[in-house]
Amino acid sequence: MDKSNKTNFRLSKTLKSNIITYGLVIVAFIIVQMLVNAGQVSSLMKGLLVPLCIYTILAISLNLTVGILGELSLGHAGFMCVGAFSSAIFSISMLETIPNAGFRFFLAILIGAASAAVAGIIVGIPVLRLRGDYLAIVTLAFGEIIKNVVNVIFIGKDSNGLHFSMKNAMALNMEKDGKMILNGAQGITGTPKNATFLIGVLLILVTLFIVLNLIHSRSGRAIMSVRDNRIAAESIGINITKYKLMAFTISASLAGVAGVLYSHNLSSLTATQKNFGYNQSIMILVFVVLGGIGNIRGSMIAAVILTLLPELLRGLNTYRMLIYAIILIFMMIFNWSPKLIDLRKRIFHKSRTERERV
Amino acid sequence: MALLEIKNLGISFGGLRAVDNFSITIEKGQLYGLIGPNGAGKTTIFNLLTGVYKPNAGTILLDGENITGKKTMEINNAGIARTFQNIRLFKELTVLDNVKTGLHNRHSYSTLTGILRLPKYYKVEKEMDEKAIELLKVFDLDQEKDILASNLPYGKQRKLEIARALATGPKLLLLDEPAAGMNPNETKELMDTIRFVRDNFDMTILLIEHDMKLVSGICEKLTVLNFGQVLIQGGTADVLNDPEVIKAYLGE
Amino acid sequence: MMSFISYFINGLSLGSVYAIIALGYTMVYGIAKMLNFAHGDVIMIGGYVVFTVVSTMGLGPVAGVLLAVILCTVLGVVIEGVAYRPLRMASPLAVLITAIGVSYLLQNIALLVFGSNPKSFTSVVTIPALKLAGGKLTISGETIVTIISCVVIMICLTTFIKKTKAGQAMLAVSEDKGAAQLMGINVDGTIALTFAIGSALAAIAGALLCSAYPTLTPYTGSMPGIKAFVAAVFGGIGSIPGALIGGLLLGIIENLSKAYISSQLSDAIVFGVLIVVLLVKPTGILGKKISEKV
Repeated sequence: MDKSNKTNFRLSKTLKSNIITYGLVIVAFIIVQMLVNAGQVSSLMKGLLVPLCIYTILAISLNLTVGILGELSLGHAGFMCVGAFSSAIFSISMLETIPNAGFRFFLAILIGAASAAVAGIIVGIPVLRLRGDYLAIVTLAFGEIIKNVVNVIFIGKDSNGLHFSMKNAMALNMEKDGKMILNGAQGITGTPKNATFLIGVLLILVTLFIVLNLIHSRSGRAIMSVRDNRIAAESIGINITKYKLMAFTISASLAGVAGVLYSHNLSSLTATQKNFGYNQSIMILVFVVLGGIGNIRGSMIAAVILTLLPELLRGLNTYRMLIYAIILIFMMIFNWSPKLIDLRKRIFHKSRTERERV
Repeated sequence: MALLEIKNLGISFGGLRAVDNFSITIEKGQLYGLIGPNGAGKTTIFNLLTGVYKPNAGTILLDGENITGKKTMEINNAGIARTFQNIRLFKELTVLDNVKTGLHNRHSYSTLTGILRLPKYYKVEKEMDEKAIELLKVFDLDQEKDILASNLPYGKQRKLEIARALATGPKLLLLDEPAAGMNPNETKELMDTIRFVRDNFDMTILLIEHDMKLVSGICEKLTVLNFGQVLIQGGTADVLNDPEVIKAYLGE
Repeated sequence: MMSFISYFINGLSLGSVYAIIALGYTMVYGIAKMLNFAHGDVIMIGGYVVFTVVSTMGLGPVAGVLLAVILCTVLGVVIEGVAYRPLRMASPLAVLITAIGVSYLLQNIALLVFGSNPKSFTSVVTIPALKLAGGKLTISGETIVTIISCVVIMICLTTFIKKTKAGQAMLAVSEDKGAAQLMGINVDGTIALTFAIGSALAAIAGALLCSAYPTLTPYTGSMPGIKAFVAAVFGGIGSIPGALIGGLLLGIIENLSKAYISSQLSDAIVFGVLIVVLLVKPTGILGKKISEKV
């Protein structure tokens, strides 16, 4: 009797934590939506709503690789890039074929996720053989390669169908009615702006659903066992290659979804150092580390705060990025310094014992 | 037919023969001890048996199946599970989840079933919970099932490792110094548990141990290893009284 | 043929700069086991110091480089002491993110002080270009100075580590921090010294880099920084000869692929070669093999 109660309690503990996470997203959405309807949100802030969703999804998905699988990836923006471009190419070339914007965007999301997953498998197979910092640097390299390669691809469409080249626009040999879709470094223009705050929030919920359910399942345990002790995991018959690749691919695929939102939120899309380079990958990693490695809810909150912070500091003008940097360093030292952690523990412990005495 | 039959096993690291011409036969249901001074190559034999190292020579037959040179994962699936000298638990998982991870290959549902939370997920998870708790009870760990493995006291961590290994449903269990770091009371309790596991799980157990009380108390046969080679094999009492063994342990 | 030689020599020169930067990365990694992402930005700061001294204050290039070396050394030690030392025992990931914070900080300080407009940098090299093969092959003064600097730095550093007590202490700390401490080595001091040397080298690299590519912005250091990091991994991170080999190979591959394949894809090719090298030799060309004890 007593035992079964305990089992229920444990289940409800995970369940409770999950409900808080989902609830947080839904409540935040409702509040923001109400503020928007009441006209309380500046157009600048409105412009940030979809990016907030994008960064939240990126943070959750990278936490799967870094926190749950325990491998440091510095190329996450590369998968976002694959998702962004593949889905934008799809949407533009299907503008006439599938006039229903909602359905077309739905397919675009699936295409973005699938392409990024394929990229994840291609990158993952060689990369996951490496360990630690070497794995990190190779993911960084792959991210840069993806970004560079996108810049030399030319795709056009005419009455004969799609044309592809890696030289220049002329090499496409299109008919007179031909239309450029992807123009090398000039990128893509005219992607339909299908991404909305509502869709972004729904995609966050889907991402959470996938990641949280994965963690609390048989495969999730296998992934975390590889993280905690690779040799022991092998010794109990876990196929470590399979589960490493699985986590990495799901993570890449979700980054692809964020990419789809990104490309369908802008009318012109180019692959630059700023949006798909290693700086972006590192930015996502900052969300994960600051929010707590392996802590899905924490990384979500960190993504939102750190995306809003530069905007909130906008009044300080030129000093804002400087302050941002100082806050980042300060927060890292505050959160991670062994001495400070010790100090916090002692103070916390003291106050608790004092409370108990009272 | 013997459960485990190793013939002429050998491996060298950079010219040094760590294990040389090692042969052993273990019958089903036996409690077998592998002893010897530090550095004799005992753990290396476990590593060869479980595919952590690939042998340079020799064959390993488990229940008649040749498992020489196979991968660790395949060897576990073939029926060998082990514990480690330096405990290797999944530290950030709960005690229960450590054992459930051990059940991974015996109770299965697909990743998609897990993500979509299909009915099969709940059914199999429930089975796994029951099975895992049953195992934890054997080791008196069921009260601690929800705490993180890293928060367990040392002696219980050793027990949890055995529980996790048993969860994989092995034919042969390898224990690498199970009593290391335990006090005499804990060791005595552990001896009872090992006997219990052998009797109730139909297990064959090969263990490495330095604690002679444990070895003489529960092992039926012994192999003494010295400098990577077999010094002597036989019944426990005979081996422990052999002058060669005494010499190897105590010196001249 | 002449053009090939010229591309090759330019690659060698670029590679020498990468090697000098990579030394900083590799030494810090070897001793503090951290990826100092802010290292590239110390290069940029070095560049600005030289620029200020030479172009604004009108002093000579030697004074500029000297002052840059001094300021960057101080900067490196301060960064280590303030930002990294409190996190000595923390997760490597936390230190990495802190380093990224320091990188943003340096970039934004430069942005505030010098603005975002590119500054045109006056070369610190005053020796004339060398004309060979009847004027068909020109080797610029910058190239000559860069390659010579790299060789001199390499020799000095190797001698320093082999012959001096401080150098031996560095080796000891990189092998085993705890054991070194027990042997009475001042671990904190040794790590600070490593940052000092790495940052001084970064200042020199900054002056050389900006002399060869004379536009200076707050972001000048970040891409060469990353490439040098790749070079360090390429050669086997933690290994000083590895940094040299990695840096030179990277510079040559980059320049040749720019010339003969595609300038847009040159970075992709560089990173591609890195991946291939690491897949064949997972710890880099001169890296030590790591094996886990079971």
